[in-house]
Amino acid sequence: MFRYIRELEFQTICNYIEEGSSVLDLGCGDCELLHRLIKNKNIKAQGIEIDEKEIYKCVQKGVSVLHEDIEYGLSEYKDKSFDYIVLQQSLSEVVRQPDKVIQEALRVGKKVIISFSNFAHYRARLQIFLKGKTPVTPSLPYSWYDTPNLHFLSLSDFIEYCRERKIKIKRKTYLGIKRKAYLFPNVFALVGIFMISQN
Amino acid sequence: MKDKSLGIVETKYVTLAQPPKELELESGGKLGPITIAFETYGKLNKERSNAVLITHAFSGDAHAAGYHKGDDKPGWWDSMIGPGKAFDTDKYHVICSNVLGGCNGTTGPSSVNPKTGKPYGLDFPLISINDMINVQNKLIEHLNIKKLLTVAGGSMGGMQALSWLINYPDKIKSAIIIASAIKHSPQQIAFDEVGRVSIISDPAWNEGNYYGEETPASGLALARMVGHITYMSDESMMEKFGRRIRNVEERHKFNTGFEIENYLHYRGSNFVERFDANSYLYITKAIDCYDASEGKNLSEALYGTTAKVMVLAFKSDWLYPTYQSREIVKSCKVAGVDTTFCEIDSTYGHDAFLLEIEEETHLVKHFLEKVVQAN
Repeated sequence: MFRYIRELEFQTICNYIEEGSSVLDLGCGDCELLHRLIKNKNIKAQGIEIDEKEIYKCVQKGVSVLHEDIEYGLSEYKDKSFDYIVLQQSLSEVVRQPDKVIQEALRVGKKVIISFSNFAHYRARLQIFLKGKTPVTPSLPYSWYDTPNLHFLSLSDFIEYCRERKIKIKRKTYLGIKRKAYLFPNVFALVGIFMISQN
Repeated sequence: MKDKSLGIVETKYVTLAQPPKELELESGGKLGPITIAFETYGKLNKERSNAVLITHAFSGDAHAAGYHKGDDKPGWWDSMIGPGKAFDTDKYHVICSNVLGGCNGTTGPSSVNPKTGKPYGLDFPLISINDMINVQNKLIEHLNIKKLLTVAGGSMGGMQALSWLINYPDKIKSAIIIASAIKHSPQQIAFDEVGRVSIISDPAWNEGNYYGEETPASGLALARMVGHITYMSDESMMEKFGRRIRNVEERHKFNTGFEIENYLHYRGSNFVERFDANSYLYITKAIDCYDASEGKNLSEALYGTTAKVMVLAFKSDWLYPTYQSREIVKSCKVAGVDTTFCEIDSTYGHDAFLLEIEEETHLVKHFLEKVVQAN
């Protein structure tokens, strides 16, 4: 189930990105997304990844990647160096200061695409409410002691954040287990994908 | 590994920059004729588009891979160059030449000055990293190669690859810069100066006029001993030598016979056999004075470069620490150059670029495949 959502997430992000554009993926992992974008959309790709093991996989796929910290690596770029900056699950998993990174991403990229798992999904709510336990859901499939997540946020949290910071949400997609979630997304969506830009 | 080796190879020589078409040096002077010692491995394709230039480190030479007749030790980067290796000689035509100012076949202070019929000694002009690559460029032109697939090197070789990227961006498709720097830090200059003073204080050095007489062997050996300390790391020395004692040779009363002592003495005396003291002085000065940024922002020099860049650093390298490689990466990022960077987790110190073969092979091999495809 987890895999199916990830696949939908990949497809949605790919659909957001225009042919022939430049894309910087922060926390690119094994560069799967960039690799697909190169093949399907002929993009100019650059990844940033802190895990040395992943670097070897990226290079094997022929994707240019920098072995460095997201926060540090992003600050070195000039304004509007990329058409898109992607944070696929990186915001909740690897970024220590999300606000700072989002602001920097908006400076370096024309558009920023952010995806994260929705902490307010009804299954998470039920587990907290009924069991009194930290929730484990298809999009947040980890126990508290081995989760890669540093931050837990909901779709509503993110939308409110954008309103407060005067960030424009250009596109958004909410994913349920097997398809897009339209009704009460903050309750039924497992993953939210947003394309934002400076107002 | 002998089965995957190139087998027997030979050093070739060519003399270029014949007067009046001498090489114009960065210092303003002229030098010529210049003999270049070089080796090539693998076939040059019909389009002449598969040539790779390997640039050697401070004490390296043109003999990068394979075996010289009668030798049981291969070239200095044999583990990376050969059939099926990182620089795959089944696919690429690999060229490596001895640097200008060197002492292994290319014109340097120990070569005969055609004007006097005697070795140059200190009459040899001061040379720079850029002069070295200008000589390599002459060799590449002589070999009728318009564009190199890559220029790759570690340490001083990395500086040369960087210099190619800045000075001949249209003549290379990529550069691989390993364990290197835009410029030397005070710490790096300090170690080089200790080496130079060690040579100069040896009475046998005699203002560089020692050819045909006793050479400044003890000064040169001491310089090399210091050098070898900087090439290793605390961890790699601990692993390799610990505090083990073996073969107490009566060098002096205070020699205990620690393995690390023996190792440094061995390295020192070994080096004297194959390296010229004046070359040591000329080349270390060239490295210390090199500044790829020329005091400005390196990114300006790289702006508009279409060549792809790979930068590699090693975690335990304290002679060329990772931050120096990252400075190169930063300039590439600002300039919009397509760049790949990896800091390899190694305990070998600066020597890692000659030893971390598995990681380097993976990275270089796939990077070169991408460069070829981008044709």
